[in-house]
Amino acid sequence: MVSRFVNFTSLGRRALPNQWDLLALGIVLGVFIAVAQGSHGVTAPLPAPDAPPMELDYWQLPYYGLRTTLRMFTAIATSLLFTFTYATIAAKSRRAEQVLIPMLDVLQSVPILGFLSFTVSFFLGLFPGSTLGAECAAVFAIFTSQAWNMAFSFYQSLRTVPRDLEEVATGFGLSPWQKFWQLETPFAMPGLIYNTMMSMSGGWFFVVASEAISVGDTTIKLPGIGSWLAVAIDDKNVSAVIAAVLAMLAIILAYDQIIFRPLVAFGQKFRVELTMSQFEEKSWVRDVFLRATALRRVLALPGNLLSNIGLMRMDWRFGKTRLSGPPNRSASIIFDIVWYIVLVALAAWAVWQIVTFVSTTLEWAELGSTIVLTTFTMIRVIALIFIATAFWVPISIWIGLKPSLAEKAQPVAQFLAAFPANVVFPIAVIAILKWSLNPDIWLSFLIVFGTQWYIVFNVIAGASAFPNDLKEASANFGVKGWNWWRNVILPGVFPYYVTGALTASGGSWNAAIVAEYVKWGDDTVQAHGIGAYIAKATAAGDYPRIVLGVAVMSVFVIAFNRLFWRPLFGYAERRLRLM
Amino acid sequence: MNEIATRTLLEVNGVTQSYSNAGEEARALVLDNVSLRLCQNEIVGLLGRSGCGKSSLLRIVAGLALPKSGAVNYRGAPVTGPVQGVAMVFQSFALFPWLSVLENVELGLRARKVPETEARKRALAAIDLIGLDGFESAYPKELSGGMRQRVGFARALVVQPDILLMDEPFSALDVLTAETLRTDLLDLWVEGRMPIKSILMVTHNIEEAVLMCDRIIVLSSNPGRIAAEIKVGLQHPRNRLDPAFRQLVDQIYATMTQRTDTEKARDGNFPGLGMGMALPRVSTNTFAGMMEEIADEPYSGKADMPALADSLHMEVDDLFPVAETLQLLRFAEMAEGDIALTAAGKRFADADTDTRKALFRDHLVAYVPLAARIKQVLDERPSHQAPASRFREELEDYMSEDYASSTLASVTNWGRYGEVFAYDEQSQMFSLGDLH
Repeated sequence: MVSRFVNFTSLGRRALPNQWDLLALGIVLGVFIAVAQGSHGVTAPLPAPDAPPMELDYWQLPYYGLRTTLRMFTAIATSLLFTFTYATIAAKSRRAEQVLIPMLDVLQSVPILGFLSFTVSFFLGLFPGSTLGAECAAVFAIFTSQAWNMAFSFYQSLRTVPRDLEEVATGFGLSPWQKFWQLETPFAMPGLIYNTMMSMSGGWFFVVASEAISVGDTTIKLPGIGSWLAVAIDDKNVSAVIAAVLAMLAIILAYDQIIFRPLVAFGQKFRVELTMSQFEEKSWVRDVFLRATALRRVLALPGNLLSNIGLMRMDWRFGKTRLSGPPNRSASIIFDIVWYIVLVALAAWAVWQIVTFVSTTLEWAELGSTIVLTTFTMIRVIALIFIATAFWVPISIWIGLKPSLAEKAQPVAQFLAAFPANVVFPIAVIAILKWSLNPDIWLSFLIVFGTQWYIVFNVIAGASAFPNDLKEASANFGVKGWNWWRNVILPGVFPYYVTGALTASGGSWNAAIVAEYVKWGDDTVQAHGIGAYIAKATAAGDYPRIVLGVAVMSVFVIAFNRLFWRPLFGYAERRLRLM
Repeated sequence: MNEIATRTLLEVNGVTQSYSNAGEEARALVLDNVSLRLCQNEIVGLLGRSGCGKSSLLRIVAGLALPKSGAVNYRGAPVTGPVQGVAMVFQSFALFPWLSVLENVELGLRARKVPETEARKRALAAIDLIGLDGFESAYPKELSGGMRQRVGFARALVVQPDILLMDEPFSALDVLTAETLRTDLLDLWVEGRMPIKSILMVTHNIEEAVLMCDRIIVLSSNPGRIAAEIKVGLQHPRNRLDPAFRQLVDQIYATMTQRTDTEKARDGNFPGLGMGMALPRVSTNTFAGMMEEIADEPYSGKADMPALADSLHMEVDDLFPVAETLQLLRFAEMAEGDIALTAAGKRFADADTDTRKALFRDHLVAYVPLAARIKQVLDERPSHQAPASRFREELEDYMSEDYASSTLASVTNWGRYGEVFAYDEQSQMFSLGDLH
């Protein structure tokens, strides 16, 4: 169910070999550096775009909210465009797949917030002196938080299109374009919608983080909730922070009701299982649209146009579908060799880029200290996921086993997962400053503040889906207490828990960059960790340190995913799946 | 001669197909030099057991797959891709769940640029013909299996093909629904109300083949070859209880259990030889149940296969793998449409659990090379342990990945029952541990 939509390159025996991951990691970092270097003399001060200074006028708040929402939707549209192209190429070409998929895996794990400064300098360089550059940078930051898992889900769907449907499409002579819109895209819909929903939830965090950013001497504040918050923090204005929290609540509630509920209800149509599902997703907005006949007639025109475009043949290359004969082996091998040489050259260039870039100003000892700092952050992430697990799993199971309660609690948990936790960070800082608490401990809680909800709603879903006959059997045999937890319910919800914890862990690494270094007016509260290191380097415009920090953190995250989450996930899939 | 040439719609000439991943040595042949001819106004059945390549053959005819060698000609032109005049009905229905009945039926027409109004008209006519009116706006999810397959038929008929290909179209349906659908289809065929000129259907159900076809082509397994061609001269509507009908069914059973040559018949019914034998997934309970059934009255050790299939409520597809595995294990012998227990088989049927296990263990190690191999490796190693991947990879040299894992799973379960070795799923290790 839920776990069906989680993206791993591979869980089976055919795990992609690791040299591809290294290659991908190298290329990703290399390209980032090249972009930053190429776009501008990196250390040169960037011209701040002329924008009116932001004022904390409550009447302006709805307008700011609108701007934030618009940025969000621009990003999701870009992500969809990326998904349809990147994933399709990866699914259709073996050679492209070998590089694109590990790269996606790496990009998923890279803490993109750390790269904010690079992208900002790149886009500002593209549109000097204009806010358009800053807007693009913000949209790009949100895009990077959304696109990867959507592309992954789409790629996986394309690779698992049922064979018989594929044969029908071929048998009726559908052109590749027709097949894409009539078969492949509809088949990928449920996974894509689910992942778009997750991406949107994650995206609010980034929109808040990317609207107001200082890189060295350049400070950019785009009109929006995130900038409002930044100004409120500078002014130490508590009521403005609370207003931002309320505005965010209103926006997310509206987006959930108006966009997502209808979309999820709509997505049910595309499920391939030919059984009626017991749960029917409902949406009042969708019902209104379906019942408003006049509105439907208006929408029918663009609707028909789109479906006709989907039915166009678009075969400019072939007159009719032909089956590929046995491939020309020797030509194919030669092409392979050339392809690998290109890849290795690209990787070598990327590694050289990184080394020269970092080593111009940094010494090797710096590497050691970043590793130590990353270890601190890792301990923090592990400890907090553990605490959140211990706290929330029993509660979520209790909720999930009560259908009426679960029905009410589920949307709340999903809503909280979407809520950008960084909006409430200042409140935590006030508390830490007021009672002079230890930031190394108390800032840590911010890391899971926004991400723990993924655990909650996944476990609730798992407990709700727990089969009734197993419940009855355990009651019948008098399974109680610890025995019941250990042998009945915990294995039952485990696949769902892993899905949630995996998402939470990924989000927590990103949150660390924001959560370990928090400001309140002139006061700064920081913890020891790689997040604070990157955040400080960003504030100082120290690019080599940013690259080093992000690179080390990426390696940790990838290793953590590979060595811990993936085996766990594979185990859950193999052993604990309840049909 | 001239008459035959004009009546011939489709010709299959010397088609050979092999597993795509078997590499250069075309050891695992799926189809071996198959030739057949499809003429106007006939229903031809391809009969064989699962894994005999009949579905592969159908896909080659449909232009969905290319043969390794040989050719298919449709109306004199070679088939190199999907052909306009050929439409297919699938076992799994293969309907697009996001399209309504009407949209599903229209899809093939719209894809070929038939104008919207005409497509609608033709789709409604096909829906009407196949008895689906009233369901036009329903989605496949809302329909029963029988209704879904009717959509499958309407979708195939609407493109007005010359040839209708059917891949076990009734085997996913319950008995009653399947019978209704068969009768309806035959009525349309006999009355000439369908645009099609000829039907080629794949089935593993012998009675279904005799009920529907004018000509039955029996395929042998491993590799798929044409074992026999049987003309059915009975008039429609045919009666299953008609002695001539029963006689044909018996005759086909006999053909399918015939020994091609005495030596090969024992092991050779499975794809591959020795270690490379692809074994079916059959539970040890099924072995025991079948041996008990044959040992008991009224069979007393020797049973007529059609009668046995009937009393066990099994179809050929389920019956043959069990019977053949019993033959491989030397618990039974098949010949002339009969299956007879060997002395060991009779002893097994009478024995208690422990004796049965001991007997099964001895036969498993003696006659199933993979089981013997696992035991040998475990005996040789000081740790008495070996990872499953070791054997799986060895098997993959001979067969496809799917066959390798199901073969290994079968032998694992048989080995567990016979207590030849133990297997730990968590670590994926075979061992001799904690037996006895």
